[in-house]
Amino acid sequence: MITLDHIRKSFGDLTVLNDVSLAVREGGVTALIGPSGGGKSTLLRCVNLLEIPQSGRVQIDDEVLDFNPTSRPHRDAILRLRRHTGMVFQNFQLFPHQTALENVMESLLTVLNWPKDKARTRALELLDKVGMAHKADAWPTNLSGGQQQRVAIARALAPSPKVLLCDEPTSALDPELAGEVVDVLVQLAREGTTMLIATHDLRLAAAIAHDVVFLERGEVVEAGAAAQVFNAPVQARTKQFVVTLGAPSQA
Amino acid sequence: MPHWLDLMLTSLLPLLRAGILFTVPLTLLSFALGLAVGFIAAITRLFGPAPLSAIVKFYVWVIRGTPLLVQLFLIFYGLPSIGIVLDAFPAALIGFTLNVGAYTSEIIRAVITAVPKGQWEAAFSIGMTWPQAMRRTILPQASRIAVPPLSNTFIALIKDTSLAAAVTVPELFQAGQRIVATTYEPLIIYIEVAIIYLALSSVLSTLQTRLEKRLSRYGGHMESAS
Repeated sequence: MITLDHIRKSFGDLTVLNDVSLAVREGGVTALIGPSGGGKSTLLRCVNLLEIPQSGRVQIDDEVLDFNPTSRPHRDAILRLRRHTGMVFQNFQLFPHQTALENVMESLLTVLNWPKDKARTRALELLDKVGMAHKADAWPTNLSGGQQQRVAIARALAPSPKVLLCDEPTSALDPELAGEVVDVLVQLAREGTTMLIATHDLRLAAAIAHDVVFLERGEVVEAGAAAQVFNAPVQARTKQFVVTLGAPSQA
Repeated sequence: MPHWLDLMLTSLLPLLRAGILFTVPLTLLSFALGLAVGFIAAITRLFGPAPLSAIVKFYVWVIRGTPLLVQLFLIFYGLPSIGIVLDAFPAALIGFTLNVGAYTSEIIRAVITAVPKGQWEAAFSIGMTWPQAMRRTILPQASRIAVPPLSNTFIALIKDTSLAAAVTVPELFQAGQRIVATTYEPLIIYIEVAIIYLALSSVLSTLQTRLEKRLSRYGGHMESAS
């Protein structure tokens, strides 16, 4: 269970998140939707503390961190919380000096100090899961965007995080390549991977989200079950947003 | 045998000897030490507390803004006035190390900054600490782009070591001067000295090319299609 309570984040005078609270169910997939600049990415980055909120609380299972504007949390506390998370970035960010396999092994070797053989076995299993085992020895520059993103998903899953944070995982890809990434995420969702996905790809959101949070101007406009938010939104603003993006209706 | 060839052959041994005993060690040592100084300076400038960062900035400003020859004279001839007396070789070594340190710190700073911010974030996102991210993710990428500019510094250094002659180090150029003093054949001897410097720097640029190829193995173009 991941809970965010009363998160506030601003950059200078610009308030990006204004008192945002949400909960992500264990084994569930929550989609953060909303217009660009609405705070989706920042909220995601507040979960793994790539951004430190000015105030509020982040809790992952029994790991809790409270924030206040005057002091930054200790780096060990940041690291502890962050190590419960994995992140998939919009532009993949694979390590270009390492092969696909080495990318996936990296956290196991460097952070968890696994022996090489064990790390290699786990990394190959994960590459297999995302359909990339045949490219284990390829360099990232020789992979398509969709392939890179699938390797990046395997890399994020390697240390067995409690939640997978996906920041616009399909936005840098053309529809066909996005499709192969969506397939992988759908499979992970079926297996019960807890995910929090920031996206404006409503096809992706409709395909895998159990819960949807609509975020605009740094505030939660509406949150609820996916079917309800997509098919019968309560707020007029949500309805308008869903309609303009042509959300496919859910069964 | 023509006179010039005879002269070149008889002076070759003392010249090579000076090169091997002084020019090469001075170059290699001051480059290695200078790189260490440069690395520490770059990290301090980028990530250190403001006062230390300012000290580094001042150091780089002074070294880059003053002639190397003046720096060497200050160390060898100047410092004894305040009780610091150094032998010629250590004095030259310190001078060149400080010089290389200043120039390479700027190179190292630039290549670390050139690695995209997203790479730091990717490293942090899989749980790495700052030193782990630096060592495993940032430096391998930065060192690849650092090879050409660092090689430039290195080749410039080989030639700059001839300035050590002015602080009495009996290196290659000074050996040449001595031979000229007895033979009165400056044209032939200095051509020979130049050829030896050229050979040294050529050998070292070949090494550079090899290193560059090794470091760019992940660049894609070196790969056979996988």
